[in-house]
Amino acid sequence: MARHTLSVLVEDKPGVLTRVAGLFARRAFNIHSLAVGPTEVEGISRITVVVDAEGDLLEQVTKQLNKLINVIKIVELLPENSVRRDHILVKVRADAATRIQVTQAVELFRASIVDVSTDAVVVEATGTTEKLEALLTVLEPFGVREIVQSGTLAIGRGSRSMSDRALRAS
Amino acid sequence: MSKGTPISPSLMASKPSAAKAADSVDTVDSASAVLGPNRVVEPTEMTGSEAIVRSLEELGVDDVFGLPGGAILPTYDPLMASKINHVLVRHEQGAGHAAQGYAMVTGRVGVCIATSGPGATNLVTAIADAHMDSVPLVAITGQVASSVIGTDAFQEADIVGITMPITKHSFLVTRAEDIPRTLAEAFHLASTGRPGPVLVDVTKDAQQGKMTFSWPPKIDLPGYRPVTRGHSKQVREAAKLIAASSKPVLYVGGGVVKADASAELLALAEVTGAPVVTTLTARGAFPDSHPQHVGMPGMHGSVSAVTALQQADLLITLGARFDDRVTGVLSSFAPTAKVIHADIDPAEISKNRTADVPIVGSVKEIIPELTEAIRALQEKEGGPDLDAWWTFLSRLRDDYPLGWTEPEDGLLAPQRIIKRIGELTGPEGVYVAGVGQHQMWAAQFIDYERPRAWLNSAGLGTMGYSVPAAMGAKVGNPDRVVWAIDGDGCFQMTNQELATCTLNKIPIKVAVINNSSLGMVRQWQTLFYDGRYSNTDLHTGAETVRVPDFVKLGEAYGCASFRVEREDEIDEVIAKALEINDRPVVIDFVVSPNAMVWPMVPSGVSNDLIQVARNSTPVWEEED
Repeated sequence: MARHTLSVLVEDKPGVLTRVAGLFARRAFNIHSLAVGPTEVEGISRITVVVDAEGDLLEQVTKQLNKLINVIKIVELLPENSVRRDHILVKVRADAATRIQVTQAVELFRASIVDVSTDAVVVEATGTTEKLEALLTVLEPFGVREIVQSGTLAIGRGSRSMSDRALRAS
Repeated sequence: MSKGTPISPSLMASKPSAAKAADSVDTVDSASAVLGPNRVVEPTEMTGSEAIVRSLEELGVDDVFGLPGGAILPTYDPLMASKINHVLVRHEQGAGHAAQGYAMVTGRVGVCIATSGPGATNLVTAIADAHMDSVPLVAITGQVASSVIGTDAFQEADIVGITMPITKHSFLVTRAEDIPRTLAEAFHLASTGRPGPVLVDVTKDAQQGKMTFSWPPKIDLPGYRPVTRGHSKQVREAAKLIAASSKPVLYVGGGVVKADASAELLALAEVTGAPVVTTLTARGAFPDSHPQHVGMPGMHGSVSAVTALQQADLLITLGARFDDRVTGVLSSFAPTAKVIHADIDPAEISKNRTADVPIVGSVKEIIPELTEAIRALQEKEGGPDLDAWWTFLSRLRDDYPLGWTEPEDGLLAPQRIIKRIGELTGPEGVYVAGVGQHQMWAAQFIDYERPRAWLNSAGLGTMGYSVPAAMGAKVGNPDRVVWAIDGDGCFQMTNQELATCTLNKIPIKVAVINNSSLGMVRQWQTLFYDGRYSNTDLHTGAETVRVPDFVKLGEAYGCASFRVEREDEIDEVIAKALEINDRPVVIDFVVSPNAMVWPMVPSGVSNDLIQVARNSTPVWEEED
């Protein structure tokens, strides 16, 4: 099953996320990741949703999503013409003996340490899913105590904005 | 393309992502779409509940169905002074189905009102039913005060959450000033595009709050722009396929009724010369008496209609959705056919069966364009030659007409009763069925000559639909004879609305096709469970204790009530019923529990295995 990234512009109204998530659930789609936030236009939010689905089924769900009254526009962002980033915070065991090694690993990944205590650090990293997976593999031997991760954020390359035409038309 | 790929722009409703095709796609201008008499109301101070009633008046609502309770009480007060006719039902489900029946016969939005909590949840079945059958319905529910939402307050239920998957859209209104706009949006959503139910849940404090009312409000639905006009290139492609087809079928669904496109369909049918099948929701969209009509397709369709689809080389699908009861096993459905699929809902296209030529738009606009395109092609290339196709289908129609065998137990054949009701009442009547065997017989044995004469719960299959929907239909069409053709099982689910009918002078006629059992389930038990009748005997029929006695029940509700047990009584009692117009009529037709619905495509097999009677499959080809 292929992985797809959909960007969904929605009206910022109560219950919108429930409606969108409910649609995926009803068709038994597993949402791999989800990120929601306000956009450059007031009253419009953007949902980035990553799902595993066959093409035909994805098209069917996309059409169903489009039927939701609060959904304004849906675009599938393809890897070759979009930028995508995940954000992660990892709490890693790091005492006096291992702290140097952990710090070096973090630097290699251009990540940063945002909290230090006597026996642990919190690492913050941003990057593609693959890069963050690699970082975690490297940190694993030191002892990963806690992970919190954002949904994937994705944006199209080039100068055009997803909201341009959507809002001109309304 | 630098910012990704919009998904199937040619098929999308014109969400702005399809704006690329804007030159060839007309959209409804949602800003000017407020229904009603279009009066301008200058700003006036009033309460939220007065605004609800006033908005309904300005939207052109004449009749509503409902039942008050705590959280909707404020709205019932100004309703008393309104010219809107409120029909007080006995159960909120009845209000919902009545609003559906009203909407189905009038083509207008049906309105039902209930209180919070149980009042609202009692509407759920009707809302789901309207969702499945695309019925324009606005349900207004009271909600507990916004300050206590989420606290398990008395009679609180999250009805917006509950109905999310079964509404076209839903609103929670917590401020009085949002009421007129929200109701206008609800009516616009319910009645345009693919029609459907919209729920408006209004908190008690919003009803009691002060606001300034003015009309018309400005609708703000940036994400809603249904496409009505079909893409002309697609229409031309469709015309080419039709011209090249030697075995086409017009597969007509309920969308043609909803779009009021029967006249347009007739013209298309006559230009193409193609056979027409009308699905369960489309009965009457094309006249049964027309020589090109070959019947209803599906699980209990006629041999000619089912076979026409199976053997077609082209399906011209108009406002239909390839429901599983029509297709049987999908992979073996119409295996040699190309598919033209015209529908206002882009999500229906290629959902079950991949369309070769998809056309998104209203069939009201697509059909005439298609007809013109075909005419233009025919002028160049000549008309179609469908002689061989018609020879084949005519033979099927002659060899396998709908019919029945007389029950061996000496009890009445239900099919004859239903047929006689149709013949004695005529095509101007309205026929509203429940769900089950009697529904299928009513679809088969009554001749429908006009749209909006046949109402039933098709998609959801809601037992109990008939009596309240007939009540709503009679309110919407007071001058027509309205028959509720019901079963003894269905009738016991909603017959309390007979009280509503009697007291409000809504003289519907109820034919209870009483086979003393849950007949369709019993038929499946006969056929597929070795005749083990688990929990299907209702003890209402011949030689039983008759609990309840439907004649006494009808009399208790103030209805003229009759029982028919002999063949020579059938016509006489139907005629008597047709003469009574001052109160409802209930007729207990005591029929054989052994009658079965034929033809039948057993569940889980190809439509090719249609049976005209038990274990009897038609002969497809002449052996010569």
